[in-house]
Amino acid sequence: MAALTPISRKPQSFVLPIVAAAGAFVGLFFGTANGSGFMGMLGGAAITAGLAWIYFNVLKNEGLARWISLAVALVLCVYLGGVPGVILGIAFGLFFWWFSYWLYEGRYRARLLPYLTPGQVLWHYGFRIICGLIFFFLVSPLVPVMWLSFNAQDFFTFTPEMLRFDPDGYSLKHYRDFFTNNEWQRSFKNSLIIAPIATIISVSLGTLAAIGLSQSHVPGRRAIMAILISPMIVPLIISATGMFFFYSQIGNFLEGTLGFNKNFVGYVKVILAHAVLGIPFVIITVTATLVGFDRSLTRAAANMGADPVTTFFRVQMPLILPGVISGGLFAFITSFDEVVVVLFVGSASQKTLPWQMFTGLREQISPTILAVATILVVMSILLLTTVELLRRRSERLRGMSPA
Amino acid sequence: MKLTTTLLATTALSVAASAVAAQEMTIVSWGGAYSKSQKLAYHDPYSEKTGVTIINDDSSAEAVAKLRAMNEAGSVTWDVVDVVAADAIRLCDEGLALEIDADTQLAAAPDGTPASEDFGDLLVSDCFIPQIVYSTTFGYRTDMVGDTAPTDVCAVFDTATYPGKRSLEKRPINNMEWALICDGVAKDDVYDVLATAEGQDQALAKLDTIKDDVIWWSAGADTPQLLADGEVVMGSTYNGRLFSVIEEQKQPVAMLWDAQVFDLDGWIIPTGLSPERQQAALDYIMFATDTQRLADQAKYISYGPARASSAPLVGQHADLGIDMAPHMPTDPNNAKNTFLYNYEFWADYRDDIDAKFQAWLAQ
Repeated sequence: MAALTPISRKPQSFVLPIVAAAGAFVGLFFGTANGSGFMGMLGGAAITAGLAWIYFNVLKNEGLARWISLAVALVLCVYLGGVPGVILGIAFGLFFWWFSYWLYEGRYRARLLPYLTPGQVLWHYGFRIICGLIFFFLVSPLVPVMWLSFNAQDFFTFTPEMLRFDPDGYSLKHYRDFFTNNEWQRSFKNSLIIAPIATIISVSLGTLAAIGLSQSHVPGRRAIMAILISPMIVPLIISATGMFFFYSQIGNFLEGTLGFNKNFVGYVKVILAHAVLGIPFVIITVTATLVGFDRSLTRAAANMGADPVTTFFRVQMPLILPGVISGGLFAFITSFDEVVVVLFVGSASQKTLPWQMFTGLREQISPTILAVATILVVMSILLLTTVELLRRRSERLRGMSPA
Repeated sequence: MKLTTTLLATTALSVAASAVAAQEMTIVSWGGAYSKSQKLAYHDPYSEKTGVTIINDDSSAEAVAKLRAMNEAGSVTWDVVDVVAADAIRLCDEGLALEIDADTQLAAAPDGTPASEDFGDLLVSDCFIPQIVYSTTFGYRTDMVGDTAPTDVCAVFDTATYPGKRSLEKRPINNMEWALICDGVAKDDVYDVLATAEGQDQALAKLDTIKDDVIWWSAGADTPQLLADGEVVMGSTYNGRLFSVIEEQKQPVAMLWDAQVFDLDGWIIPTGLSPERQQAALDYIMFATDTQRLADQAKYISYGPARASSAPLVGQHADLGIDMAPHMPTDPNNAKNTFLYNYEFWADYRDDIDAKFQAWLAQ
C-alpha cells in the first residue's frame, strides 16, 4: 500500500517512554521466570529505552542498529533461557529494533488518513491489538496440546528435555499408538461410519423441513420450528436420558421382533440419535438462505412445465446449496464431536472417537489423546479450507459464466 | 450420491460380516493398563480357545447407574462387568447381578481345592467373583522429601517435615481412617471411633490441619500425573498406578506401603441376559478366574491374584522382566501394616459421613 501521509520524526520524549513500557512488559515475563518480576520490568525498560536512545542520538544508522538489537536480545535470551531462547531472542531483537524506528520516524502514520487525530490513531492500533489478543485467547490453548502430543513421556508434562528442544524429549510414539492400537482404530472407524450417515439423514430431513416451514401457508409453523430446534436448546444430558429409553425400546423391537443383528441395531440407534441432534443446525442455516430465495423462480419453473421435484433439484437446490453445505458441516461436526448421547445410546461396539478420548482422559491421562486431538484439528482445518476454496471457485466460475 | 451408496454398502457389508462371524461378548472394565492386563491374560486366550470376539467397554466407573438404567429399559448390553466389591454388593442387593455358586460354577484349584476355599474370605458377596486384591496407598517424590524418606503414613499430615502439596481422593473413605490413626487412635479402634459423631469430627479436624495443602483427586490417573509433574510431594492412588509410574515410566517416585488399604475387584454377571448369553458369560468367568489365568494377570500389572493357589505362580513382568512378587500389595514386606476395606461399616455409614465430608470440603 502506498503511503497516504507524509511522515516526520517524533520527539524522543514521546518515543522513549513507549519503547520503555513495551520493554518493561516483556521484561516482566523474563523477570518472573527468573525470580523477580519487578527487576525484570526495570531491566527490560532500561535496556530497550537505553538502546533506542543510543540509536537515535549516537549511532544514527538504522541498518547497524538492527544487528545490535539482535545481538543484545540473543545474548540476553540465551543467557536467561538456554538454547530455546534463540528463537525468542531473534523475535524480540527484530521487534524492538523495528518498533523503536517505527515510532521515531513516525512510520505508524504513513498508511493512515492524514486528518486523523492522535486519539484516532491510538484507537486504530489499539483495536488491532485487542483483535490480536482475542485471537490469541481463542487459539493459544491449542498450542500446548499440539506441542505436548510429541512428548516422549506418558504424561501431560513439559519435560526439561522438551523445553530445551532436545530431540530425546520428543517422539512420535503417541501417533504410532493411535495408528496401531485397535481400540483407537475401531473408534475412529466407528466415527467415520456414524458421522457421515447421520449427516446425510439430517441434511435431507432438515432441508425438507426448512423448505416446508418457509411456506407461509403452513399452519403452526412457529410451533413446529420450535419443536424441531429443541434438541439444540434442551440440555444434552436430558435429551440423552430420554433418547436412551426411547431407543432401547426401538432397539428391542428391531432385535427381538424383526430379528436384526445386534450390532446393526446399535449403529441405527446412534445414527438416528445423532441425526436428531444435527437437524436443527441444517434447519437454521437453510432457513436463513431461503430468506434470500426468490419465490417467483419456482413459479417460473412451474410455468415452463417443470414438476415440483425437478424444480427443487434444478432451481431451488443450487441456489440454497451454500446453506445446505454449511448446515451439513455443522451436523457432521456435531456427530463427530458428540460424547454424551453416544455414551447413553451406544454400546461398546459403537464406541466413537470422542467416547474413546473421554474414557482415556478419565482412566489414564495418556498423550495419545493429544495426538488424536492434533490430528482432528489438522483435519478440521483441511476440511474447512477445502470447502472455502471450493466455494470461492464456484463463485468465480459463476461470475465468469455468461448467465 | 455415489459417496452415499458406497458408505451404505460398506456399512451393510461390515454388519453382514459381523453377523457371519462368531459370537460377540461385551466385557466392561476400568480401561487403561488394567483393561490391557485383562485383555492379555484373559480375553486373548479365551478368544483363541472359543472364537468369541470380546469387546471392551471402559464403563466400570458408572457401572451401577448404567446397569440400573439398562435393567429399567429392558435391554442389557453388557455380558460381564468388572466392579469393585462394594458395587458388587449393592448390585447383588438390588437383584441386578447374578448369584454364583462358587463350587459348581467356578474352576477348582489344580490340587482339587474347591473354589470357595481357594478364594476364602474374599467371596464377600454371593454375586461377586473376586479377581484381584489391590490397595490404595501413597507414593512420594524421592527428590522432594529431603534426606529422610517417609516410612509412616502420618508423614502425609506432617507438613513441617515434608512441605508441599499432597493429593488425596475426594471422598471420606480411607482418608478418615488415616486421619484417625495419625491422631493417635489405635488401628483396632478406628471404626468404633469413626461410628460416633465425635470421632468423625476428630477425623475431619485432623484433615483440616492439611486442608490447604491438599489437591483432591477423583480419577486414578490424577495422582500419577501430579507426581510426574512434581506438583505434589506425595499422593494416594492405587498401587498398580504407582508401579507403572515407578517401574514403567521411571519417574523419581517411591512407594509408602504403610497403612495401605486393601480392596477387592472382580466380576459380576448382570441379570436379565438371555439364557445363551448367560451361559456364555458363565463359561467366560469359569475360564478367566481359574488359578493360572489369575496368576497370568500379575505379569502385566502389580495387583495380587485373589486365589490363594495363584500366589506361588506369580512370575516376572512380561516386558520389564522384573520379579512381580515384591511389588504385590500382599507381599509380606509391603503388608506389614494394612487395612481391609470395611464393607459393612461403609455400607452403613457412607451416606452420613459423605454428607459431612462434602460439607467440610465446601467450607
